[in-house]
Amino acid sequence: MKLTKLAALAATTALCAPAAFAEEMANEMTLVSWGGAYQSSQIKAYVEPYLALHPEVKVTWDESSAEAVAKLRAMNEAGNVTWDLVDVVASDSMRLCDEGLAVELDPATDLAAAPDGTSAEDDFGDLLVSECFAPQIVYSTTFGYRTDLVGDTAPTSVCDVFDLAAYPGKRALQKRPIDNMEWALFCDGVAKEDIYDTLGTDEGVSQALAKLDTIKDQVVWWTAGAETPQLLADGEVVMGSTFNGRLFSAIAEQNQPIGMLWDMQSFDLDGWIVPEGLPADRKARVMDFLKFATDTQRLADQAKYISYGPARASSAPLVGTHAELGIDMAPHMPTDPANATNVHIYDYEWWADNRDDLNAKFEAWLAK
Amino acid sequence: MSDMTDTAGPVLAADGTPLKRSLARALRRQKMRALLLIAPLLIFILVSFILPVVDMLYRSVQNGIVSNTLPRTVEALADWDASTGELPDEVVFAAMAADLKDAAEAKIHTKVGTRLNYENPGMSSLFRKTGRKAKKFDIENGGPWKEELIDINKGWGEFDNWRTLQTYSPAITSGYFLNAVDMRVGTDGPEMRPEDEQIYMKLLGRTLWMSLAITSCCILLAYPVAWILANLPARKANMLMILVLLPFWTSLLVRTSAWKILLQQQGVINDILVYVGLVADDSRLVIINNQFGTIVAMTHILLPFMILPMYSVMQTINPSYLRAAKSLGATDWTAFWRVYFPQTVPGIGAGSILVFILAIGYYITPALVGGTKGTFISNQIAFHISTSLNWGLASALGAILLAVVLVLYWAYDKIVGIDNVKLG
Repeated sequence: MKLTKLAALAATTALCAPAAFAEEMANEMTLVSWGGAYQSSQIKAYVEPYLALHPEVKVTWDESSAEAVAKLRAMNEAGNVTWDLVDVVASDSMRLCDEGLAVELDPATDLAAAPDGTSAEDDFGDLLVSECFAPQIVYSTTFGYRTDLVGDTAPTSVCDVFDLAAYPGKRALQKRPIDNMEWALFCDGVAKEDIYDTLGTDEGVSQALAKLDTIKDQVVWWTAGAETPQLLADGEVVMGSTFNGRLFSAIAEQNQPIGMLWDMQSFDLDGWIVPEGLPADRKARVMDFLKFATDTQRLADQAKYISYGPARASSAPLVGTHAELGIDMAPHMPTDPANATNVHIYDYEWWADNRDDLNAKFEAWLAK
Repeated sequence: MSDMTDTAGPVLAADGTPLKRSLARALRRQKMRALLLIAPLLIFILVSFILPVVDMLYRSVQNGIVSNTLPRTVEALADWDASTGELPDEVVFAAMAADLKDAAEAKIHTKVGTRLNYENPGMSSLFRKTGRKAKKFDIENGGPWKEELIDINKGWGEFDNWRTLQTYSPAITSGYFLNAVDMRVGTDGPEMRPEDEQIYMKLLGRTLWMSLAITSCCILLAYPVAWILANLPARKANMLMILVLLPFWTSLLVRTSAWKILLQQQGVINDILVYVGLVADDSRLVIINNQFGTIVAMTHILLPFMILPMYSVMQTINPSYLRAAKSLGATDWTAFWRVYFPQTVPGIGAGSILVFILAIGYYITPALVGGTKGTFISNQIAFHISTSLNWGLASALGAILLAVVLVLYWAYDKIVGIDNVKLG
């Protein structure tokens, strides 16, 4: 009798042990990101300084952010989550939060306060678009144009994209309704604040598609961010939308004859989420890293390597010069006041509701 | 033969048991051994292929999420008559409030919102927004819930939302399959979706005819190549074979990107045509980002799958048949068409099935070079798997595609005969 009790006691202690030492951290971490220049900026700005402080940690990368939502759902169903921290765009973070696949974060305890004492919640402000999201950067989808192919007057407005008379030639647009429908309505005379109300009606959708119809046979539709810089470099299109960082590297690093058109740039966010269902030791490690990697200095450092704006207000004054080219990075940030005179704020909630519906209409229109 | 039939009694084996039984036992042992030998493969295929396929197919009708997340509401809604056009009564709203509270605490309310949003846009945010407040509901003392819920979000006062909820409360749904054939559940049974939302049948038709076009192009191009390979001396044939296989070993993405560089308007082919003077500089040919681009790139990528079976069949054809035909007075054409060609049909059949089935499921190449009119239904399946997360619809589309392939395979068997296929 005594023996069984003792055995039971031993068993409970053994079972409780991992919970009791929850603060113990795993020494391995799998981070998921997009690869390319963006991932190397994360390695240099976040991971290398962290490893200098914690040399015992081993970091593995997985370049799967593009399929992160589907893969996380599959991992969760299989009960085997192999990722510790995943870089996703804001709309995906909302989706993951909705599906219960990401951990809800508390900005007060999980994110670091600014050096001047401003709480993380105020420092990130409106950019905390979902309870599970730790924003890193603000990027934008905006237009680049070939300086040598647009004639004497360079385009200054997003509506020049729809002006085939002034700027003949092909345009590259992303093959999805998001952004394109809003730009079309804006250039068809809809006021910026009415865009989503208009798009919510069948007439509004028809109006946007009718506007896009005017340039449809001159559009090259892209699916990967690298396509537009390539199309511009080849002279295949005169202007095209893509992520501003891609255009920056084509202009500043590869000296292509490309100009930036910041008008009605569409702001979007990229940030971390922590998958639901991690063992305690791995979660402790990743929360420790997350707090470090999203502090004011780390976010400002990232801007040395890539032209995306830091998501914290307190990081903006610390943005310096490009690590290799030595040029001042601030004027290349989408958030720079000179670039952000007319921005389009993309409505995550609205798109979360209407994406499937509009996708069907958009695809049917494309196939026509 | 006649001397065997008149002996009475069963024929006995050497050990005295009836020969029939002894033979059956030996055969059974042999079959068992064969089965054991292939058992690892069989189990592997079962676990890694057949079960996942069945699971995926099941998702296309599975709808347990609604009744599992909102059990009380589903029960209360069963008595509601939607044809009256009036909102359900307080009992249903109270059940919904209780279900929402539990679901929000378990953080599963948004999942059911996402599910219903597929059928009725707007329900996703309805559940998400209400869920934030639902955790604080006092089910026993609160209420009346009808006013309270409508006050939180006016979506609860919309008749359509409740009708959607009632329509999609059973654990098995035809909703995904209806959607996959451009239909939906209307007020009186299934109906076609509005014209501007119909895409899947059009894409399916396009996928089929373009796959057929690609298969035909492959046959036309592969036949002479395979013939040359089969008729050259072995050393030279092996050299040329490497040329056929080389692109086969190159990454699919690299080959597709190479086609982009060749075919685009400022690309190699257009540049040469302009340089030679065949095409004016301002009217360069559009040969990519359309169906032509997809057919060219995919024909190139799938060509080895056609050449290899044709080659292996042609190699076995004895050249003396052709010589015999000619010596008997046949013209070159007659000798080829009446003697040589019929013997190569099994190779063409095998190659065509391979190429056609591979082409039907392709999505990377059409996405990159297909523009708007050269994409396949698999591009939509990929979109629903990885971007919209509507796995039910993706499974339904996949199931339809699978059914179409099986039907075509059956038709092929009826017309050409599946025994008439030779892979080597």
